[in-house]
Amino acid sequence: MKAKRVISQAYLWLVLAVLYAPIIFIAVFSFTEAKSLGNWTGFTLDLYKSLFSGATSGSEALIVALKNTLFIALVASLASTVLGTLAAIGIFNMRGRWKKSIQFLNNVPMLNPDIITGVSLFLLFVFLGVSKGYTTIILSHITFCTPYVVLNVMPKLSQMNPNIYDAALDLGANPFQALMKVIIPQLKTGMISGFILAFTMSLDDFAVTYFTAGSSGIETLSTFIYADVRKGGLTPELKPMMTIIFLLLLVVLLFVNLRAVKTAKKQNN
Amino acid sequence: MTTNKKAYWATPYSFFLLLFVVLPLLLIAIYALRDSAGHFTLSNIAAFFTDPKIVNPFLVSLEVALENTTICILIGYPVAYILADKSLNRSAVTAVLFILPMWINALMRTIATAEIFTAMGIGLGKGTLLFGMAYDYLPFMIYPIYTVLSKLDRSYIEAAQDLGASPVKVFFKVTLPLSMPGVMSGVMMVFMPTVSTFAISEILTNNTIQLFGTIIQENFNNLMWNQGAALSLVMLIIIGITTLIPGNRNES
Repeated sequence: MKAKRVISQAYLWLVLAVLYAPIIFIAVFSFTEAKSLGNWTGFTLDLYKSLFSGATSGSEALIVALKNTLFIALVASLASTVLGTLAAIGIFNMRGRWKKSIQFLNNVPMLNPDIITGVSLFLLFVFLGVSKGYTTIILSHITFCTPYVVLNVMPKLSQMNPNIYDAALDLGANPFQALMKVIIPQLKTGMISGFILAFTMSLDDFAVTYFTAGSSGIETLSTFIYADVRKGGLTPELKPMMTIIFLLLLVVLLFVNLRAVKTAKKQNN
Repeated sequence: MTTNKKAYWATPYSFFLLLFVVLPLLLIAIYALRDSAGHFTLSNIAAFFTDPKIVNPFLVSLEVALENTTICILIGYPVAYILADKSLNRSAVTAVLFILPMWINALMRTIATAEIFTAMGIGLGKGTLLFGMAYDYLPFMIYPIYTVLSKLDRSYIEAAQDLGASPVKVFFKVTLPLSMPGVMSGVMMVFMPTVSTFAISEILTNNTIQLFGTIIQENFNNLMWNQGAALSLVMLIIIGITTLIPGNRNES
């Protein structure tokens, strides 16, 4: 049994090593100045300095792209959480054909490859004559983020006692109060995981933003990097930026997991 | 009555779905069946079957997607199996480590992968494409299998063991069939997205191998919206067939 465990762990860490190799590669070469990756020209922190000082035109545009990415992800995932939670409550209380149709339509953006979602929304904005910009990008992100919120909130609804909403109404709460004070607290964990998933999908998106940003000049990190690829050279400051993002994520992950382990231990005692 | 009323809370989302999901997909169909002057035509669709510049990338994409999906299952299934088995892996952190790279921009990771190959003196082509694609899509295969396996009722496996089945037999007769829903959703999350990939394939092959996604993208970039819409429609039909058929089978 022990040998099996050792081999299993070795396999896991081997796959992890391959998965992380490119990220470690970026991190290592963020400490040298060379323009292309894989070319070591001595240790220096210059790229970090120019990233934070915005000294080069590239680093300035990069910071703007990062801010855009975070802004779009935040607005889209918050809107998706509100829209998706209300939708989940509604769908849960529906019966028959309507329920099935909405659930089916809710699955469509998740089943469609990004490029189809992007192209279809591109045609929609052409058809409606809407000029492309933050609004079109954010609406498009809400389109592919909301299904994940709905799917995360639905299971919480079936775990909830269906009578507590009616009980709140009987005790004199209006529907809005009953929603805020009784239903939302019960759905909170589902809403949070839906929000995190929506935020992640929005951050990582490339294809939908590519087709719905048009020639508005708004760049997110993904479209910024893609424009770099087309130009044939990465903005060097991307390397320190990705390294910092990765280290922050690692710290948050370890922190959250250590806390989870601690609370689990407390409950056991 | 109150429960019926609550059904109306989905009204805003219903309208949202009509405007941002149904109408855009209808527009794909409308554009696909028109020429640039707005007249009805089937020539855009016909081009999919006859134009070698479209057919060949499509066949190449299917081949790459098939290979990529197979590679992801072969590497990802054991990972999911080990992660879900408490006697082989006790730490929950390890499972999260497999998802963490997804928070780093996919294009950036792909560029770094391509640069590693170049630094190692390996030319960009089919091999690097498959490696990089497997690398990008592996978490999408691991996660659904892991979810199904960790919810699996252990008593089935114990029963099989008690009845004298060998570990290999237990795996192929009990564990694998029970985890098939996870494998199927993994396949869904890897196969069609691979076919429709653009940018990633461009970076990994130095644009020597074009996947179907790149063809759609180029059509739209060159203002050939009708042709691009027709190719998107073909993809939609394939997705529809592959998702609806297994769904119906489950219901009956």
